[in-house]
Amino acid sequence: MAARTLTIDGKQVSADESATILEAATDAGINIPTLCHLDGVYDVGACRICLVEVAGVAKLLPACTTRVSEGMEVKTDSERLRKYRRMTLELLFAERNHVCAVCVANGHCELQALAYTLGMDHVRYEYCFPRWEVDNTHPLFGMDHNRCILCARCVRVCWHIEGAGTKNVSGRGARSQIISDLNQPWGTSDTCTKCGKCVMACPTGALFDKGATVSEMERDRTKLEFIVTAREKKQWIA
Amino acid sequence: MDRLKVATVWLGGCSGCHMSFLDLDEFLLELADKIDLVYSPVVDTKEYPENVDVCLVEGAVCNEDNLELLRRIRARTQVLVAFGDCAVTANVPAIRNQLGLRNDESVLQRAYVEGAQSNPGVPRHPGIVPPLLPRVLPVHEAVHVDYFLPGCPPPADRIKAVLTQVLAGAEPRLEGPQLKFG
Repeated sequence: MAARTLTIDGKQVSADESATILEAATDAGINIPTLCHLDGVYDVGACRICLVEVAGVAKLLPACTTRVSEGMEVKTDSERLRKYRRMTLELLFAERNHVCAVCVANGHCELQALAYTLGMDHVRYEYCFPRWEVDNTHPLFGMDHNRCILCARCVRVCWHIEGAGTKNVSGRGARSQIISDLNQPWGTSDTCTKCGKCVMACPTGALFDKGATVSEMERDRTKLEFIVTAREKKQWIA
Repeated sequence: MDRLKVATVWLGGCSGCHMSFLDLDEFLLELADKIDLVYSPVVDTKEYPENVDVCLVEGAVCNEDNLELLRRIRARTQVLVAFGDCAVTANVPAIRNQLGLRNDESVLQRAYVEGAQSNPGVPRHPGIVPPLLPRVLPVHEAVHVDYFLPGCPPPADRIKAVLTQVLAGAEPRLEGPQLKFG
């Protein structure tokens, strides 16, 4: 457990060598916007919203999967970062059909909240309007691929916390999609335990409780972190 | 100072943004002292006039009438504001874009033929019923937009914030939750 000293936005920060830039910044009270990150679950760097500048490195690095190192100089906010974060966000909106007005997660959506926090007043790219299905075959939950941003939080909680391994990602690029078991209707899955952790983890309205209508889909994501802390540290902290 | 010439227009939308505009309540009286409302669903002008200072455009661009009017508005207006989610993102009217090629035909079939209880048939009256565009557009994909006022509908205080800034000759700036879609 060696400590590393670095600066984030000019502030001296010390963190364990195993910490990510995101963890070090959060501990120091510095906010880095995130989307695919979920407390309690391992990070994959899927969404590129948490990109930061590191002195001496030409490319931008995701804060959630980059480990701290000695003497590292990190910038979490700049003209360049704001430009790329906004671009990434707009591409997410343009890639699928995010119609906030009629979404179950309206008002409780991390994508929507991030958009206004980062000042996105419109999308400059042409919308793709792809055709995606809604899987309503599960007795308790629904999956609307139109609203999916492929953060894979559902996949990670399904494998890492529940250990069921129902959810997965198939395909490549923009045609990637979240699948159940062998790419079959969710309701026919043999492995799904109906625990609902994927629904709890979803940042948008892609996964929802059946029967939820516009703006009704609220989630308590702290429960996931609670379960992980309880299991790994034997601490039952509510 | 000359009174500002203001217009509001209703393209492919539900008029909810205009309802929210009416929710400005007593601010409407204040507004009436400062502006001339030269064209709007709530006034009886048939032709979009020349030299309009500010126009709030509600709705997505869904048919040829919408597009033609929008182009005229752009040519005759100083400041064009995309007013509400349909104007900013194309929103619900654009859901038909997901049906791909020839969606303009298939939605009419669905509404006027498959869903008809009597007299099935797509209305075709050139010059009276405007043809649908093959793809519904947000306003900024058709003409240049100066400012964006999102929301479905934008709450009255958000409309007031933008109008107040525009009337003061300032660049309207919305921040944080004032930019929320939906």
